Amino acid sequence: MNARPPIAMLAELTHRCPLSCPYCSNPIELARIDSELDTETWKRVFREAAEIGVLQLHLSGGEPASRRDLTELVAAAREAGLYTNLITSGIGLTERRLRELDEAGLDHIQLSLQGTDAAMADEIGGYRGGFDRKMQVAGWIKDIGFPLTLNAVMHRRNLHQLPRSIELAVEMGARRIEVATVQFHGWALKNRDTLMPTMEQARETDAIVTEARKRLKGVLVIDYVPADYHSDYPKRCMGGWATTGLNVTPDGEVLPCHAAQTIPHLQFDNVRDNHLRDIWYDGSAFNAYRGTDWMQEPCQSCDRKLKDFGGCRCQAMAIVGDAAATDPVCIKSPHHGALQVQADAHAHSDRKDLVHRTAPGKPIPEPAE
Amino acid sequence: MIAKEDIPFLPRGVRLHFDKVRDQWVLLAPERAVTLDQVGQAILSELDGIRSFGTITEDLASRYNAPAEEIAKDTGGFLGALLDRRFLELRQ
Repeated sequence: MNARPPIAMLAELTHRCPLSCPYCSNPIELARIDSELDTETWKRVFREAAEIGVLQLHLSGGEPASRRDLTELVAAAREAGLYTNLITSGIGLTERRLRELDEAGLDHIQLSLQGTDAAMADEIGGYRGGFDRKMQVAGWIKDIGFPLTLNAVMHRRNLHQLPRSIELAVEMGARRIEVATVQFHGWALKNRDTLMPTMEQARETDAIVTEARKRLKGVLVIDYVPADYHSDYPKRCMGGWATTGLNVTPDGEVLPCHAAQTIPHLQFDNVRDNHLRDIWYDGSAFNAYRGTDWMQEPCQSCDRKLKDFGGCRCQAMAIVGDAAATDPVCIKSPHHGALQVQADAHAHSDRKDLVHRTAPGKPIPEPAE
Repeated sequence: MIAKEDIPFLPRGVRLHFDKVRDQWVLLAPERAVTLDQVGQAILSELDGIRSFGTITEDLASRYNAPAEEIAKDTGGFLGALLDRRFLELRQ
């Protein structure tokens, strides 16, 4: 199969995190600290990534600041020639640590936002004092001059705070904001009744984003991830399976996307055993849904198949039970109608409680009956 | 619009990078990598944070033996798009 080199790598340095957001993109089964890759292995993985064409390295988690060797890892990634992006909640970063990261050559910071005030943000993040600390960290980021993207994760509980989130990004001096409506994978699936936006909210969000993009042209770039279940066509997930990026878990598994472990029949290779090049080009998980040969109808004969590659494999797995099915978000999917009914029911649920994610090695909570 | 006297420069976090694997120049920016053609690379490698937009386009025009007005228009369009994406900044 003709695969092109990957452009981006998401390095999930750890699953440890002081926050416990109920939509966390980490898997339900979290990697424990004693299984995490050590410093030298990560450094080797960064060099391998650069060798095979990766340009952008996203250092993520969990909370990457929970790794004590973060600064050393950033320096190694820069030395390998990678553009380094730190994806953080800000918790665990001190002014001194930020200055060390600056010296190590960190290129950019993406700061998450759980809400625009302490009441909302600390409830969603499950961490009291988190919001105030984050604002302090944002101040240091601005003082040092790091380019900043604010990543505002939106859902039914906080969508009314979107206009303020955009203002906050401007005040922080951010160049970009990601307005990311929660994607329902992993932990978020346990919270659909509380977090699913209504159709009305989804359309209002479209309008707010359109207006703000016009008004803030040249000031703030707005990237927008719309509410998934309320769309007519699916997202081009990961730019197409195994076309653009790869994801390395804290214990070294290499995934085509961060949720790929929810597809039970896939087998993943590990950086401890193989060079990234072999994993990217020859790994069975990468080749499983690469290209279009694997597609069923209605995707196979669809003129959009190279546009969205049939949408998200993990969503097809979660909703339809078949990872090779058309993403049920698509209006051409036979399951689209059922998904819309389901989405509407979640969106109009009275539930307000949250199932927060747990810590690595701790029992997995379930929603109350 | 970029004025003649504006000094365009790549802000922190945006840099030119030669991609050895794909054998081409790219502009690396926050969470983006933009492939550059020869023209794009030629324009961006002129940005030194000292010379103004007017001077840069005049220099390009004489080097490539092209009408200055045309170069200014094309360069302005290219840099204007980068400005909108926050990959470029101006100082007076």
